[in-house]
Amino acid sequence: MANTDKHGRTLVAVTGIGMVTALGQGKDDNWAALTSGRSGIHRITRFPIDGLRTTIAGTVDYLRPTPSCAPVISEQLADMAAEEAVSQSGIGSKGDFPGALFMAVPPVEMEWPQREALAKASGQTGDITYTDLLKGAATGQFKSWHELFIFGTVADNIAEKYGTKGSPISLSTACSSGATAIQLGVEAIRRGDTDAALCIGTDGSVTPESLIRFSLLSALSTQNDDPEKASKPFSKNRDGFVMGEGAAALVLENADKAKARGAKILGYIIGCGEKGDGFHRTRSSPDGTPIIAAINDALQDAGVTPQQIDYINAHGTSTPENDKMEALGCMTVFGDHMQNVPISSNKSMIGHTLTAAGAVEAATSLLTILSGRIPPTINYENPDPTIPLDVVPNVARDAQVTCVLSNSFGFGGQNTCLVISAEPVV
Amino acid sequence: MHDVVVTGVGIVSCAGESIEAHLEALVSKAQPKTDGDMFPSYWIHPVGAVEYDKQIPKKSDQRQMEPWQRLGVYAAGLALDSAGVKEDVELKHNMHLIVAAGGGERDYAVDGQILTGMRDAANPGAYLNERLMNDIRPTLFLAQLSNLLAGNISIVHGVTGASRTFMGEEACGIDAIRIAHGRIRAGQTDSILVGGSYNAERPDALLIHEMGGYLWKKPFRSVWERDAEGGGFVLGSGGAFIMLESREHAEKRGATIMAKLEAVSSDRSVRTSGSVKKALTKAWNDVGATASATVFSGATGVAGITAEEQKALSGLASNGKIHALGDLVGHTIEAQTTMGAVLGAAQIHKGDINEAVVTMVGHRRGEGALRLVKA
Repeated sequence: MANTDKHGRTLVAVTGIGMVTALGQGKDDNWAALTSGRSGIHRITRFPIDGLRTTIAGTVDYLRPTPSCAPVISEQLADMAAEEAVSQSGIGSKGDFPGALFMAVPPVEMEWPQREALAKASGQTGDITYTDLLKGAATGQFKSWHELFIFGTVADNIAEKYGTKGSPISLSTACSSGATAIQLGVEAIRRGDTDAALCIGTDGSVTPESLIRFSLLSALSTQNDDPEKASKPFSKNRDGFVMGEGAAALVLENADKAKARGAKILGYIIGCGEKGDGFHRTRSSPDGTPIIAAINDALQDAGVTPQQIDYINAHGTSTPENDKMEALGCMTVFGDHMQNVPISSNKSMIGHTLTAAGAVEAATSLLTILSGRIPPTINYENPDPTIPLDVVPNVARDAQVTCVLSNSFGFGGQNTCLVISAEPVV
Repeated sequence: MHDVVVTGVGIVSCAGESIEAHLEALVSKAQPKTDGDMFPSYWIHPVGAVEYDKQIPKKSDQRQMEPWQRLGVYAAGLALDSAGVKEDVELKHNMHLIVAAGGGERDYAVDGQILTGMRDAANPGAYLNERLMNDIRPTLFLAQLSNLLAGNISIVHGVTGASRTFMGEEACGIDAIRIAHGRIRAGQTDSILVGGSYNAERPDALLIHEMGGYLWKKPFRSVWERDAEGGGFVLGSGGAFIMLESREHAEKRGATIMAKLEAVSSDRSVRTSGSVKKALTKAWNDVGATASATVFSGATGVAGITAEEQKALSGLASNGKIHALGDLVGHTIEAQTTMGAVLGAAQIHKGDINEAVVTMVGHRRGEGALRLVKA
């Protein structure tokens, strides 16, 4: 087998996969749930839901973090996923990962319990202002919260624990962050900067304020009555996404080096594509050109034609806008062949894990290839006639899948696509 | 491998809105503009009134951003102008972006009202939900999101190759340039606009660093002279961007090459006594710096680490000038390394110096250096 890709570059192999979502911990539990069409969406119990328009989410509730805040949950999730991926790959030794860390983390900031504590420490009994919060901070009682709420801490802790090499990258490209983490790893290995990369996407940021922020942008489903039915990508009555939490980690390696050390290769990341969009802060260009360009860029980078793609792991958020634009993009690039390409959305079951989604879906794309089984789009009872796609409705399907396109799109004009395959395409 | 060159720079800070103003301030060594009234008992280096209309013509765009984003979009526009590509729609369509960003900014009045009300609310959680649902501006979220500085640069300036946003305080600023350099050098892309911005004129920024005890709260003193009295940084508002291209790409379009970005090195080390000196020395050697390099140090002024950096630099740059960016623009966190790169490239382009080294020692973590030389 050739050791380089169609463009003469180093092949990038996946040798470890780790995953945690509301469906469970570990890829086996997740895969069993995903292929049986089970939803992980439920009523929120982490905080009061009084007065909220959306009261459901795919939170990961079996963690007991202290304090319970986004950076701590995100780090725990990332740690679980990384542990599974690194252990499967068998690379390096404990605490000595011989490669770089690329990590998609949610932007963090201080949360309300901390603001309340600072206000209390100030001794102010009248109206609270930031002057009082600063007074509370100046007491020196809250030193550890500085470290907790600066942006680089989560990745730095993971770098320290796993002994990754070099300066760890914390990144955000909104809802395509997880895919960007993988893309950065692929590029670094192709450049020869590193022979291995630990690429992680994590998100444990379901807090009252983050939920309300999305709610105020009318991005979330408000169909709260039956939580498991709320996320319904590509359905006519879809009304927004459902927030989810989770993490996924991939160990990427220079394929030559992986083979040389006798590692089991689980698949290859053969192409990465991206395109910015300057149309609007939250909406895609109406003609879909950036999405189309990102898909084409990924196919071109992979050196494959649309005909060689067996399955598309959709971004499929269940918002009216995304699903329409994603369908337009896929139909434009794939043309008539799109009739033959199944496309399904994991978010129908997991919810939208935001920063983690691109990594979670890259992980499930690999599991699809490895198991020969395509996870369904559940809650598909009322098809959107303007989206005439084979969405693998409601029930998983056995199929030989060699090559997958995984799409990720986000606020701020972020469009990132990955091509993942069983064997290198040469 | 491709040479990576700087073809445009943009900078805005308390020292002004032009390269010339910054280079003059560098020479004059005047004390930077400082404000102690905006937030009593705290010092900041304010940016002053910026003519945003010059780079962000639509008021509707300006309204959609918080100040940290406006500063970044403004500086990015200056860099595009400086590179002579502002009107080149096709080139900007393919140009990539790497932004080093924090995020945040809040509705301070609303936060205060909520905290006041929560104290006596029968059901504080329900009260919080109700107030947030009713009182926060829907679009504030987009003005807080880290990747929306890049998003706004795409919208306002039409830079739409694709963007990536790196987070993580000082270290992400040098990492953004390191990855950009690596991608262009390896031919993975041929033009990247890279940089960042920071708004110090906000109480939540002071708050996070006050919790850690990192703020310098006495009248202004050079970052090199704060150690004995406990050390600390004074946050500065500003933005800085540089336009990086492969030499071939720059020459093909007839661009003015200001400087060559020779190498970038960054790493993390477990902080112990002597670790900063060791890490900086390694980075210095990695980038091939010489003793006569002009240094633009990102030293924060934090006790211990800045003293170590000073000691290390006095040995490494024994024949070169050492400028502290903190004494010129204050501490701009994610934007600091780009601030240094802008000034280094500008001085090389002017013919004042032949070699510039920008150093980065993060207040909590991360050490690195980059080296610019005559093209």
